[in-house]
This record gives sequence, structure tokens and C-alpha cells, in this order.
Amino acid sequence: MNTSLVIVPQAADYIRVLPEIVLSLFGMAIMLLDPLLNERRRQSTLSTIALLGSLAALAATWVQAQSPGFAFWNMIQVDAFSIFFHFVIVAVTAVVILTSQEYMEVEQIRAGEYYGLILFGAVGMSLMSSAVELVLIFIALEISSIATYVLAGFRRNTAISSEASLKYFLLGSFATAFFLYGVALMFGATGSTSIQVIGRVLSSFEVPALAYAGMALMFVGLGFKVAAAPFHIWTPDVYEGAPAPVVGYMSTAPKAAAFAVLLRLLFEAHAPGRIGLIWVVAALSMTLGNLGALVQDNVKRLLAYSSIAHAGYLLIAFAAVPDSGIPAAMFYTASYAAMNVGAFAVVSHFASVGERYVKLDDYSGLGSRSPALAAILTIFLLSLIGIPITGGFIAKFYVFSAALQSNMVGLVILGVLNSAVASYYYLRLIVVMYMREPRSEVPVASVSAGIGAALAVSLAVTIYLGVLPGRVLDYAGRAVAEWSR
Amino acid sequence: MSPGLDHWILTLVTFIPLAGGLLLLVVPRRDRDIRVFALVVTLLDFLLSLHLPVHLRPESYARNAVGMANQRIFQYELNWPWIRVPNIHYHVGADGISTWLVLLTTFLTPLCVLISWKSIEQRTKEFFILLLVLESALLGVFVSLDLFLFYFFWEATLIPMALLIGMYGHGRRVYAAIKFFLYTMLASMFMLAAILWLYAKTGTFDFVQIQSAIHNGQVENFTSAAPWLFLGFFVAFAVKVPLFPVHTWLPDAHVEAPTAGSVLLAGVLLKMGTYGMLRFNLGLFPEESRRNASWIMVLALIGIIYGALVAMVQPNLKRLIAYSSISHLGLVVLGIFSFTTFGLDGATFQMLAHGVSTGALFMLAGVLFDRRHTYEISEFGGLATPMPIYASFFLFIVLSSLGLPLLNGFIGEFLVLSGAFRDRAVYGILGATGVIWSACYLLWMYQRVFFGKVVHTINDSLPDLTPWERAALWPPAILALLMGVAPLLWLRTIDAAVQAALVPLAQMASKVMIP
Repeated sequence: MNTSLVIVPQAADYIRVLPEIVLSLFGMAIMLLDPLLNERRRQSTLSTIALLGSLAALAATWVQAQSPGFAFWNMIQVDAFSIFFHFVIVAVTAVVILTSQEYMEVEQIRAGEYYGLILFGAVGMSLMSSAVELVLIFIALEISSIATYVLAGFRRNTAISSEASLKYFLLGSFATAFFLYGVALMFGATGSTSIQVIGRVLSSFEVPALAYAGMALMFVGLGFKVAAAPFHIWTPDVYEGAPAPVVGYMSTAPKAAAFAVLLRLLFEAHAPGRIGLIWVVAALSMTLGNLGALVQDNVKRLLAYSSIAHAGYLLIAFAAVPDSGIPAAMFYTASYAAMNVGAFAVVSHFASVGERYVKLDDYSGLGSRSPALAAILTIFLLSLIGIPITGGFIAKFYVFSAALQSNMVGLVILGVLNSAVASYYYLRLIVVMYMREPRSEVPVASVSAGIGAALAVSLAVTIYLGVLPGRVLDYAGRAVAEWSR
Repeated sequence: MSPGLDHWILTLVTFIPLAGGLLLLVVPRRDRDIRVFALVVTLLDFLLSLHLPVHLRPESYARNAVGMANQRIFQYELNWPWIRVPNIHYHVGADGISTWLVLLTTFLTPLCVLISWKSIEQRTKEFFILLLVLESALLGVFVSLDLFLFYFFWEATLIPMALLIGMYGHGRRVYAAIKFFLYTMLASMFMLAAILWLYAKTGTFDFVQIQSAIHNGQVENFTSAAPWLFLGFFVAFAVKVPLFPVHTWLPDAHVEAPTAGSVLLAGVLLKMGTYGMLRFNLGLFPEESRRNASWIMVLALIGIIYGALVAMVQPNLKRLIAYSSISHLGLVVLGIFSFTTFGLDGATFQMLAHGVSTGALFMLAGVLFDRRHTYEISEFGGLATPMPIYASFFLFIVLSSLGLPLLNGFIGEFLVLSGAFRDRAVYGILGATGVIWSACYLLWMYQRVFFGKVVHTINDSLPDLTPWERAALWPPAILALLMGVAPLLWLRTIDAAVQAALVPLAQMASKVMIP
């Protein structure tokens, strides 16, 4: 270890952060080009560059996958686990960029930095999934958070969006401070900030009380990011105010990254107090999320509460043994990302100027007015309920069966009951779309190429994960096998 | 027949409707073409499914059943690994019980297409797509031998049915659709939990493997968990049947559903519950089945009598038929939990008979609704004069439903009751009153609708059956007669499968007998 400290970074080190480098370069290019382009073509050019950037990052992830190992003095670890999350995060980024094109045009938001911020956010999130050193994780967390704070306030002409941004920023900085405090305590308890070293210390010596405190504080920070109860209060307001494509982004990519960190902390660093912590938080998140969603009449708020509940289902997997729990959690992250980003693509297409149509009633009769759009949204909602042939079903299935293999019967029964309750509010939206009379004053715009592509991708992934989940799950299983080696 | 077809037949039969539904999404545009296309697909599927009973070899598994349980009970098997981890297989197969339920499904669906020919005029394409998807899912339920696959299809039936009720139903359709969905969703979650537990302990979802693992006592902690597992499965099935007291969704769903929805709901969907009890509750938990049989039979008896009494006072034709379903299905449950060959034979036969005759009753009710847009019995009266052909069809089906000898209802009821009587005389006696009740409410209803003077002048000019309606009603009428005069055509294969299903119970009994 000491010898590696003095060595200059090798080429392999740079390859192991290649996606982050690519995303940063494209992000900077967007910032530089923004003032140079003329007003008319600016938006379409910048969004195309951003899309190319995310696709290039996907390719870079593939390149990175060819050379697994440590980089930069053991601060970065490229393994099947980190690659998996890179793919999820970068793919979500690409879909969100596709969704944003039409939205920005309709809302007449002219700002190049929007796309830049999305890419920079993706840098932070990707880094979170491959960083194995707590300080670096903190920096990555900040990079991703600051980008999303700004993105949340992009509907500058509405107060509700600024409120969302400010609320997210204030509470978010508070939460990251907790995380940092936790890092400090963990360092005090174990003498290191490296996850490997912490893992070795915590699994071979008696666990000091300080480590419990450190873990709890770090969990507060991460729990805020994944919108797990009781750190979820911000979610409905922020989701309601932020631009719809950004919500699609916030509710999937940063969550995936935070879950990745949490997985590393709990399973690789062997942080203590796992079962008790997860039990309480998962039970609370599922129950509060679903109960809250029952009474919503705003689709964005409804999906906000649903995302809290889904964080709860996902956390069930954290209570299971690593062999089945980690792949289940990873699979859930991917399938949740696909269905949720897809659902928000429909919402942002349908919202129209100033996000006027985001109420449940506005969706009345969408089934007969725009059959394709309604059918696609229905499939995403069915996936969120957890109905067969969708990814959501298989994901829930894996999580519950992983928990049962670890004898967490109580948690599974709670999850099962919650899924039944949850089916009601998703069903409400389906009912409104198909079984109510159409409202002619709500416009139905034709679907742009960007939205079409975004929907096609997320729909294909949702169905693919529902019908042929084997390969993705195998890959996730490899990650665990690498860890235990 | 070539062995290749034997392997593929179930897969073909199951997925042809789905493929048809997907094609319908893109190909025909005109409403007429859509209807013709749906009819062709469903008829093709029916013809193909005829292969199943023709080539069923009951003697082969009957022989095996005597010696060893779980040895090749199923025919037409196809077992393909689908997902490696967890160990999920695409495993389908059929025995004498599921074969006939498959046939019932493929038989009723073309009739549903016919009966909806004129009555569905808006959103026709979606209607027929939903119908075809529903058929595929129902068929999948009956042929799955992998618990995961079974659950997959089980849940998949929910959405198209709820949408059919909610989009094409009558007045309070949304309420009925949501109630139907939530009831069954909540109940099937318990089954999911039980299935997951079994997987966690055995590492497989395969029905046959789990069955033998349980039988050989290789499942850890099984004795302490078995009561809960049994209940997990049972609750899901009881809601579907529906057994008293979880039956309240059924009248609402039936009254609001479009005719085709009602036909499939009563004809096939309810049988998913009784089939599940027969296959999974009895097959996996023989000991628990025996232990719980007494209260289940009491619930079944309550269902028989209560359903009949409530049917008697219904002012609404469809609601009356719905409650009669509760009563008849109670009889099926009674037969299943009598654990006698007679009882199980009769229960299976009654499932088929009820599917045919109640399906036809709902079609007949739909015919009236298309003409008058009401199901209120008081709105009719004296219909025998303006609609003689309709009246004779109706009478025939009513007689078959109430169990007139030489028609299909009689055979099933008789077998079930004699089975129940052997189990405990009082059950048989109480169950038999159900037969009397059903004669009362059905004949009284018939009298109020068809006899007497025409009270409402609008009924004077009601047109008799159209050719489409006649085409939909002849097949069930003929079948009702055929099943009544030649029940052995069915019972021969059913009986062999029932014998095999009873083997674990018998072995369990002998274990208890010789301590």
C-alpha cells in the first residue's frame, strides 16, 4: 500500500475512470459552446451533444469493463458491481436527455447549462458507484447533489420550482453534512477511510460503539438521497416543483448511486447494525410511502410517494444475506430505473406548457384519445405494481425471495401487504385513463422523436427484464462472487 | 400423432391467442375484420386443443398412481429452463383435470366473440385484444407445472379482466373493476409469500419436485410452516372461487361486466380457484387439507345454502345468476374436500358443467340486456310469446343448470353429493338441499320472465335471437345434453387423474392408520 502512494498514475488508472472523464469533457464542451451558438439552433445542438456524450460514456463504460481493478491509490475500484451501476446511471442519463429535448422546447427554457448539469451530475453518480474511499465518495456525492439542486429549480418562472430547489438544497446539504460527520466517526473508530480496510477492521475486531454512530450518521445522508423514511419529507414537494424530466432523473440515477454506496458500506465494509437499521427504515418507507400515495391527486406527487415506497421494497433486500440480497437489490435498482424514468417521460410529455396538466383528472380518457401513450404508461404502472411480464414483478420477486431465504418473514409479509395496498393508487391512474370520459380541453400533442425514443428504450428494458431477467441477474451475481473472493 | 406435436401442443394452445392479440394490434383496422379475425383465432385454438383429450392416455398414469406417486402423472410435458437463478422453468403439462379445463376455456372464448359481435361497438379492437390476452393467461394457469409460472399467469389474468369490466361494463363498472382487482390481488399476495417460502426451502419452483420433496420429508421446518402455507394458497383460491365469506366481489363484478366478461368470469375464472385447491392444496398439503377439511366444508355448505337463498330474492337477473354461481361452486368445494373419488370426480365434472351452463345463462342474460338495457326481472314477463326460440333455449339451459337428469348439471351434483355423503352424511343431506333451492330460484325466475302476460308493451316487439346469437347458444346447449347422456366420455379421463391426485392423501391416511 505504501509503495503505491508514491507511484504516478498509470494509463490503466485513467481507463478506470474513463466514463467520468468522457462525461466531464462533454459537459465542459456544452458550457463552452453555449454562448457561441446562435439562439435558434442552440437547444437542439446542445441536447444532441449531451446525448452523444452519454452514448460515448456508455461505450467508455464498456471499455472500462475490460480492465477491472483498483485505480488511484485504491480509491477507485472497477468491478462488475461498479460497471453495473455505471450502465444504469449513464443509460438513465441518456433517456432523460432524450426526454428533455421536447420538454425544454415546450417550456421555452433556454439554457445550455441544463444539459451540462445533467452530465456533471452523472459524473458524480458514476463515481459514487466505483469509489471505495469514504472521502472520495463524499466528494462524488456532492458533485451529484449540487447538479441536481440546480436542476430542480430550472422552471425559473414558477415559485414552486424555486421552492423545490431551495428546499432540496437546504435539506440536502444538511444530510450530506451528516454523512461527512459519519465518515469522521468511522475514521475515528477504524483508523481508515478505505472501505476495504474498514471491512477488515470491523470483521476481525470487536466493533466499537463509535462505528455504530458513524454508520447511523452516514445512513442519514444516504437515506435522504434515496428518499427513505424518515428522511423522505422533502420528496413530494421537490418532485412536484422540479421539471418533470429532472424528476425522472432525480428519482432514479442518484438513488441508484446512493444504493450502490450503501451496498458497499453494509456488505463490503461490514458496517454494523445492518438488520435493525434496515428493518425499521424499510418498514417505515413502504408504509408511509404507500399511505401517502393513496390520497394524492397530483401525478407527480403520487409518483413521489411511490418512489419512497419503492425505496422501502428495495431496502428489504439489504436485510438479506449478501449472496441473494445484493443481486436482488441491484436488479431492483435497474428495473425501477427503467420503469420510473419511462413513467416520467410520459408525464413530462403530457404536462404541456407550464406543467399545467399533472393532475389525476387531466388524464381522463387518455386511453381513447391517445391509445399508444396510455398503453405505455399503463405498462409502466403495472410494472410499478409488480404484475407479471414486467421488470417490476421480477424485481419484487427477487427481493422478497432473497429476504425469505434469510428468514426475514415479517419484513416480507409487510412488503407483500404493502404491494397490495400500492396497487390501488396506481390502478386509480389506469382507471382514470381508461374508464372516464375524455376531457377535450386537455391537449394531446403528438409525440416527438426524443420522447418516442426514450419511451421505446425504457419500455423495452422493462419488458426485457420481466421476460428474460436471467442475464442481468447473472451479471449482478458476478459482482457478489467477486466481493467474496 | 408425432411426439413433436405432443411436446408443443400445450405451448401452441396457450400462446396462439396471445399471438393473435398482438397481431390484432397492428393488422386489421375495420371493426368487422377485427371480429372475424378474433373468431378465427379462437376457433383455431379450440380445434387445436381438441388434440389434448383425444390423445390423453389415462391408463398410463392410473397405473403409475397405484405404485408410485408423482411419477409421470402429466402428459404433453415440456420442461425448459427459463431463468437460471432463481431456478425457474417453463414447465407445462396436463392431466385429465387440466385438459378439460383447457378445453372449457377454448370452447367458451369463440362463443364470447360471437356473443359480443353486435354488442361491442366502441373500442372494438381493444376489446378483442383484451379477450385474447385473457384467454392466453387463463390457459397458462391450467397448464403450468412450475409454481412461478403458475403465479405469473394467475396474476396476468387480473389485468385484462379488470379492464374488460371497467371499460365495457355498465353503470358502476369502475367500482366493480377496482373491487375485483383489489380483492384478488390482496389474496394472491399470500399465495406469493407461500410460493416464495417453498422456493427458499426447496430451491425449486417445480410442482412435481416440491411435491415429492414434501412427501419424502426433505423440507426443513415444513411441519411448523405447513398450516400457514396451506392458508396462503387457500386464501388466494377461496377468493377466486369465491367461497363464503369472501364472495362479495362476485355479484358486483358480474352485474357490471359485459356479457363476454361474465361468461369467462363465471365459466373459467372461478374454476381457477377450485382447480388451485384441487391441484395445490390437496397436492402439496394433504395432511393440512384433511385437518382443515371440516371448516372448509362448513363454509362450502354455507355458500351453497346462503348463495341459493340470496339468489332467490334477487330482483336483478345477472345478480341472480351470480349468486347461483356461488352456490354451485360451493358444491364443487364440498366435493373436493370430501377426499372421495366420487366427490373429486363430481367436483371436476361440475366445474365443466357449470362453465357450460352458467356461461350460457350469462349469454342469455346478455341477449336481453342488448334489447332492453336492463337486467331487472320486473321489467320483463311473458317473453315466451314474442321470443319463442329464446325462451326454449333459456328453459333448456335453466334445466341443465338446476340438475335435471340427462343434462350435465345432474351428473356433477349427484357425484359430489354421494361423495360428501360418504364422508359425512349430514354434509350430503345439507348439500342436497342446495339442489332443491336451485330448482326453486331458477324456475321461479323463469316463470317471472317468460310466462304470464306481457306487462310492458315494449317487450311485445322484442326481436327473437339473431343468427349470431343462435350460433353462440347452440354449442353449449348441445354440449349440456351430451355431457348429460354420455358423461363417461369425460369421467374416464377425469377419474384417472383424480385417482392420481388422491394418492398422497391415501398414503397419508395409511401412515396414520399404521402407527
